Amino acid sequence: MKKRHMIIASVALMSATLLTPALAQKKYDPGASDTEIKIGQTMPYSGPASAYGTIGKVQAAYFKQLNEQGGINGRKINFISLDDGYSPPKTVEMVRKLVEQEEVLVLLGTLGTPSNTAIHKYVNTKKVPHMFLATGASKWNDPKGHPWTIGFNPNYNSEGRLYGQEILRTKPNAKIAVLFQNDDYGKDYYSGFKDGLGDKAKSMIVAEASYEVTDPTIDSQIVTLKGSGADTFFNITTPKFAAQAIRKVDDIGWKPTHYLNNVSASVGSVLKPAGLDKSVGLISMLYIKEGSDKRWDNDPTMNDFKALIKKYAPEVNPDDGNATYGYAVSQLMAHVLKQAGDNLTRENVMKIAASLKDHQIPMALPGVLANTAADDFALFQTMQLVRFDGSIWVPFGKPQSVR
Amino acid sequence: METFIHQVVAGIATGGVYASLALALVMIYQSTHHINFAQGEIAMFATYLAWTLINAGVPYWVAFFGTILLAFALGVLIQRIIIRPVEKAPVLNVVVVFIGLLVILNSLAGWIFTYTIKSFPSPFPKEPPFGLSFISSHELGSIGVTLVLLVMLYSFFRFTPLGLAMRAAAQNPDSSRLVGIRVGWMLALGWGLAAVLGSIAGMMIAPIVFLEPNMMSGVLLYAFAAALVGGIDSPGGAVLGGFLVGILENLLGAYVIGTELKLSVALVLIVTVLTIRPAGLFGKVIVTRV
Amino acid sequence: MTSTQSPDASGAKLPWLRISVIMAVACALPFFLSNYHVFQASMVLSTAIALVGLNILTGYSGQISLGHGAFLAIGAYTTAILMDKFDVPYWATIPVAGLVCLIAGFLFGLPALKLEGHYLALATFALAVALPQLLKFRYLEPWTGGVQGIVIMKPDPPMASFLGLTLNSDRWLYFVALLVTAIMYLVAWNLLRGRIGRALIAIRDQPTAAALMGIDTSLYKSLAFGVSALFTGVAGSLSAILVAFVAPDSFTVFLSITLMVGMVVGGLTSLPGALYGATFVQFVPNLADQISKAAPWAIYGALLIILMVVLPTGIAGGLNLLWSKVARKSGASI
Repeated sequence: MKKRHMIIASVALMSATLLTPALAQKKYDPGASDTEIKIGQTMPYSGPASAYGTIGKVQAAYFKQLNEQGGINGRKINFISLDDGYSPPKTVEMVRKLVEQEEVLVLLGTLGTPSNTAIHKYVNTKKVPHMFLATGASKWNDPKGHPWTIGFNPNYNSEGRLYGQEILRTKPNAKIAVLFQNDDYGKDYYSGFKDGLGDKAKSMIVAEASYEVTDPTIDSQIVTLKGSGADTFFNITTPKFAAQAIRKVDDIGWKPTHYLNNVSASVGSVLKPAGLDKSVGLISMLYIKEGSDKRWDNDPTMNDFKALIKKYAPEVNPDDGNATYGYAVSQLMAHVLKQAGDNLTRENVMKIAASLKDHQIPMALPGVLANTAADDFALFQTMQLVRFDGSIWVPFGKPQSVR
Repeated sequence: METFIHQVVAGIATGGVYASLALALVMIYQSTHHINFAQGEIAMFATYLAWTLINAGVPYWVAFFGTILLAFALGVLIQRIIIRPVEKAPVLNVVVVFIGLLVILNSLAGWIFTYTIKSFPSPFPKEPPFGLSFISSHELGSIGVTLVLLVMLYSFFRFTPLGLAMRAAAQNPDSSRLVGIRVGWMLALGWGLAAVLGSIAGMMIAPIVFLEPNMMSGVLLYAFAAALVGGIDSPGGAVLGGFLVGILENLLGAYVIGTELKLSVALVLIVTVLTIRPAGLFGKVIVTRV
Repeated sequence: MTSTQSPDASGAKLPWLRISVIMAVACALPFFLSNYHVFQASMVLSTAIALVGLNILTGYSGQISLGHGAFLAIGAYTTAILMDKFDVPYWATIPVAGLVCLIAGFLFGLPALKLEGHYLALATFALAVALPQLLKFRYLEPWTGGVQGIVIMKPDPPMASFLGLTLNSDRWLYFVALLVTAIMYLVAWNLLRGRIGRALIAIRDQPTAAALMGIDTSLYKSLAFGVSALFTGVAGSLSAILVAFVAPDSFTVFLSITLMVGMVVGGLTSLPGALYGATFVQFVPNLADQISKAAPWAIYGALLIILMVVLPTGIAGGLNLLWSKVARKSGASI
């Protein structure tokens, strides 16, 4: 008697399973399960680029809070962020650990152009989503050749090109001086800038100077650039050197039209130390909200962010551009994972990331929307030109295309 | 021509930065016969201590002298606890210990104070001196401070019994003990004073380059070069070396080779100077007789 | 000195039994470890070769170098350029890299002859600092790839399996690394236990007496530089193949310092010490990161200091002391 019950029961169960719509089926790739999603990351917490470690700290805090609020679709996020000291061989080692030992589902926001170049081929061979890289190099937008890599930052090259075009439009007879960091990032910006100026690049750029990240100061370079008689200055420097440059330019009485690259456009970590009064008139581009901007005093996302920092990462300065950036990236990642629902395969996550339509990341500037397509992985098509007025960045003009 | 003068003056200003740290290196060398790779990090850490005091509302000069005392204590402590156990060890072991110290201090500073740059106040007026735009009052003031320290250091070693005792302890510890010099405390004193010099250097440098844990790493190489090129046992040589290195670096970068090969040229220069005058420009040439 | 001089100059024979056991274990290892760990093991082997090279210069010849990262870079870039621009097979680039570095090291050793102690340290330190910038120099860019570096194709194993054991890229490269390491170790051992080793030690400890005995100190010292660079160049070449990428950022000053630390921690004038040192610098930073996320390098630094106090002759020296204590206890001859 019991046996017959069991047979009927199992048949019933089987039919029920067969009849259940496929949607309820959970699909997992390594790193995903009923209870958790593993996200891997490498970040320079030590070494010359350690100032960017703030990004990882904010992201870790974000996911920690998210977990306490129930996680994503009921799953906790296991965010594993490892130090690579900005050394490519170390990045390779750590990423291999994340992929082969920790078996993460995706890699998020790995930082640095050389570090990411070192793992570019590997992650694509292993078919691990290499998502929202913390670098603006142009080569990450290559859906055909590297379908598993999708960047985040607007292209350095395109941003440089935009400044060049802006100068051509507003000051066609300008004499331009350029200061650039002697690495990938600096050269990428510079080459885009020259492209933007087109044929007139050679005649308009009257002086250029480079520096190494290991240099103590760039005062000498500024003196040289002023001496060239230039009246326009394109400043391609990272935060510490940007602060030095802004201050030195003012100290030696040079008053050029001063273009500052987005990487160093943070009021809290660059302009304040340099001197807010010395930063008046700076032109740059923004796509993420700034912590010090009074416009967002009542903005819910900004308030959430500030509360998060206070509770989980009190050593982070909310005015630090790296902090809001990190927050924006984690928001996007959370959004993508949420959309994936129970279909947590790597392929599905990439598909969702590659089909964003006019998505407004709450921490991004209003109107600066994320758009991706199967043949175009560049997230941000537009950035907003801004000018510093002594306390905040004031937008002018419409958001410009950074294709 | 104006740019040239400007470059030279800017070179003197940066050179002042190297010279001040070079003085600390000379101090530690003259009192212990070791080149302390961690000197820059000790200076940086002391500057962070000063920053903490100033941030807590302590007036600048109180914080300044408070930091000097703290730095002295820090230097003595490091010598007694960390350096003394390896005093008799071969030189490479000591170098590894210095590196360990460097890495510890750097990491601690990053952890406690984060890696974001901080501005550090200057005791000198904001307006440039005599209306010149070439050099800021702070840079001029720092050079002045370095020169004063140089004179004090030189006189201390040359004219005071304590300075003589310290030099003796470094040069010949065994004989020094025989004449009653407390060698252990001489070494500790040397470290304390070097830390003091370093902290002053740090407080002069931070307003220029901004305070962050990696602040001194770029400066250390140039200070190292300055001290050696000038003569590691000559405070005056080290300071002069600092200015020379600063000026040369600026002029080479601006006129000769461009900024893209500055370091290679610096390397060639260093090797050339040392090949011609192995003891540095003003160092004592040690002749070994068989 | 102390008892860390493994290939002592008395013409001692190779401890064949010990070596066979070690090699057998080493050959079996990749089939029991995950690919990731095999990769790490290969990196350790490559670093060990570099440390042997550094040891020849600093331990045996007494010349301090804080710039050996530069020779790692030259070796690595030689391999990368040959593979990328000239389609040279990876195994052929290794000896070429060694040769290039032999010449480079010898050339650098010539002016360095006049420098002693701290001054030599400074000159080599400056070399380490200047090289990354040189690699980024725009006129060398067509060759070096500039700041972007060069991406290399990771070699595939020539056969899919061997004696029934599957080979993949990681395992194959591990065996390549093992072979190269074994060869280099043999070369070093041979070099150091003969005339050259004795000459170097003599020059290090008693330079004037050595000169009086007719040893051409200048030649030997420059040769030491060259040979040391050769070893490090081979190591750099291997590491480039393993990581499949070279960039100026891979060869910072910190790398040179790490090499020196590895050598001292492993044990000066000790060939096995190079392996211990390489293992230390490869794994201890990772361990420190797991102990303290907040200040991992502080843990690393503290470990360094403790090691220097507790084991002043390095891990190799410490092990030797342990052995001799055990030997004495077990009633060995007086």
